[in-house]
Amino acid sequence: MAKTLNVNVHHVTRVEGHGNIVVNATDGQIKKVEWQVPEAPRFFEAMVRGRSYEDIQTIVSRICGICSITHSLASTKAVEKAMGIEVSEQADTVRILMHYSEQLQSHVLHVGYLVSPDLFGLPSVVPLAAKAPEVVKAVIRLHRVANEWSDLIAGRTTHPVTLIPGGLTKVPTEKQFRELQERLKNCVGDLTAVAEAVLSVASNIPDFTRETEYVSLKQEDPPTYTFYHGDITSTDYDGTVAINDWQTVANEYVSDQSTAKWTKWHRGSYAVGALARFNNNAELLSPMAKDVAKTFGLKKGCCNPFMNNVAQLIECVHVVETSIGMIDELLTKGLKDEKVKVSPKAGKASGCVEAPRGILFHEYEFDRRGNCVGADICIPTNQNHANIQEDFEKFVPEILDEGEDAVRLKMEMLVRSYDPCISCSTHMLDVQFVK
Amino acid sequence: MSKPKIAIFDFACCEGCQLQFVNLEEELLDLLSVADVVEWREAMSEQSDEYDIAIIEGSITRLEDEERLKLIRSRAKILIALGACATMGGVNKLKNNFDDLDEVKKCVYGKDAKKPHLATQPTKGADEVVDVDYYVHGCPIDRKEFTYIVRCLLLGKTPEIPDYPICVECKANGNPCLWEYGQVCLGPIIRAGCGARCPSNGFRCFGCRGYTSNPNVEAAKDVIEKFNLNIDDLKTKMILFGSRQEPTIHG
Repeated sequence: MAKTLNVNVHHVTRVEGHGNIVVNATDGQIKKVEWQVPEAPRFFEAMVRGRSYEDIQTIVSRICGICSITHSLASTKAVEKAMGIEVSEQADTVRILMHYSEQLQSHVLHVGYLVSPDLFGLPSVVPLAAKAPEVVKAVIRLHRVANEWSDLIAGRTTHPVTLIPGGLTKVPTEKQFRELQERLKNCVGDLTAVAEAVLSVASNIPDFTRETEYVSLKQEDPPTYTFYHGDITSTDYDGTVAINDWQTVANEYVSDQSTAKWTKWHRGSYAVGALARFNNNAELLSPMAKDVAKTFGLKKGCCNPFMNNVAQLIECVHVVETSIGMIDELLTKGLKDEKVKVSPKAGKASGCVEAPRGILFHEYEFDRRGNCVGADICIPTNQNHANIQEDFEKFVPEILDEGEDAVRLKMEMLVRSYDPCISCSTHMLDVQFVK
Repeated sequence: MSKPKIAIFDFACCEGCQLQFVNLEEELLDLLSVADVVEWREAMSEQSDEYDIAIIEGSITRLEDEERLKLIRSRAKILIALGACATMGGVNKLKNNFDDLDEVKKCVYGKDAKKPHLATQPTKGADEVVDVDYYVHGCPIDRKEFTYIVRCLLLGKTPEIPDYPICVECKANGNPCLWEYGQVCLGPIIRAGCGARCPSNGFRCFGCRGYTSNPNVEAAKDVIEKFNLNIDDLKTKMILFGSRQEPTIHG
């Protein structure tokens, strides 16, 4: 059947940042399928030049409101590596707990507020609150716990202030950690309720598969489902690549479709995010997280990008369960009052952590006074842009017969499934159908 | 009385201030019961050109964004600048320190810097382009302060925003002064209202709420002298969020 359509979604909604989708099809022939990223560029790599190593995390956390802790951690790790600054075991553990709070906050926000309305066939979480009030309340409670967890450890919810090169300005008291642990234990019921709600509408998750390379961190010593330590790996690569060599993984290039840079490694594109971490490290998940994966039938090797949201749900359970145990270990060892004293020196290094939406690289060079002379930042959403474009090219012909509204909705859902954080890079969505 | 229509618009920023709306959790639902949010791209698919109150997040860095902001202003009865990027340009103004913006682009895009879609201009806060009725300071905004301002507007009252320095709140919290610990803290010259959040967590104030309208420069100089520092030590911290930045890097 001859199909002629023109989708033009200018600034896709319910994503962080601005993106456009353009589809032109005439007589069943697709003329153009394009993922465009028109976000106003902000030039962070220039803005940090001349600034002190002490101020880098304060500046770069502003790359993204949702994953500000992640940007702060990646930059602080890079500063520490560049200057040979040691971090204590206690500070390292507390930082990981800080990082987990953001994984929970971001995943709950994305799955609960931004993606689930699609699965329930609604335009936003507002009508969803009327249709499924108990589920939305559970989402709100989880989101609140995640935020108060960040508040406690990072000093506030967005843009952390306790993180400094060499450690932390402040750690919570034993009593505060015990209260947090109790709240995390109480989260389990809400996590189960949200997982069951998503499972009840899982048949609305589009059945689409395209063989894809998935890139994430991998930690072998000790083997950990890692967000923070480790080296770079992919589903196309048996070994690992050192963090300082991240440019050989990302191979960044400028696309005319985008103000954000695009990346590729073994294929024309690769994907990062929860599904990438799952595909590389699933056997290391916590027991409850493995159970959730089983209920959804999610197994290593999954190449359906929409399942990224299920992987996010699984990771929510993982970070909560793992943190409960980490707090026990921390308190068994006893909290110490650690003073941080560092002095700057010249150096260059990269820092890497997993943002909720995928692997993140920061690289800095400093002069002997500790002033930044160069920076290079490669954010996860940029690493997904080329993959979204390739998904579009396979997905659109498969759904073209479903009509303009369905094509528009499904393409928006596809973009959303990646949890794009385009202001990190620059903004995203505009779907155009031509008649 | 019909509910006021509110629209939320974002420009160049991290969108962390909008995120604070979501972080209101249940309170956001209360807010939605007294106002109609007709456009909020980050959270809703619905869009509208009719609104009473426009909330602007982000700084203005392109001509097309200036035009968009002017259009929004012409439609709105009340315009609120939300967060440091909108109230004063925020950290995005760091790029204004470069004499040559082509240098800035080259730092990031290298040989591709001249491509037309990568155009940029010096960063502006919202009031450098249009009239702003109310300011919600901070990076990010303080959720309590935001709901206070909205409550005032709905009740027809003028919100009272502190115009005294952070030190007042920091002292009230009983914190030891960070200057005594070797940190260059901007508390003496920055507008209070955040509850001295950063110094209370052991981290210097870096000025995200902007200067008080009459900063006590002499007091700041005294502190600098007392701790054997020079004015450049202070300036290098002021530059992070200060809207009155001087060029420090030459292209």
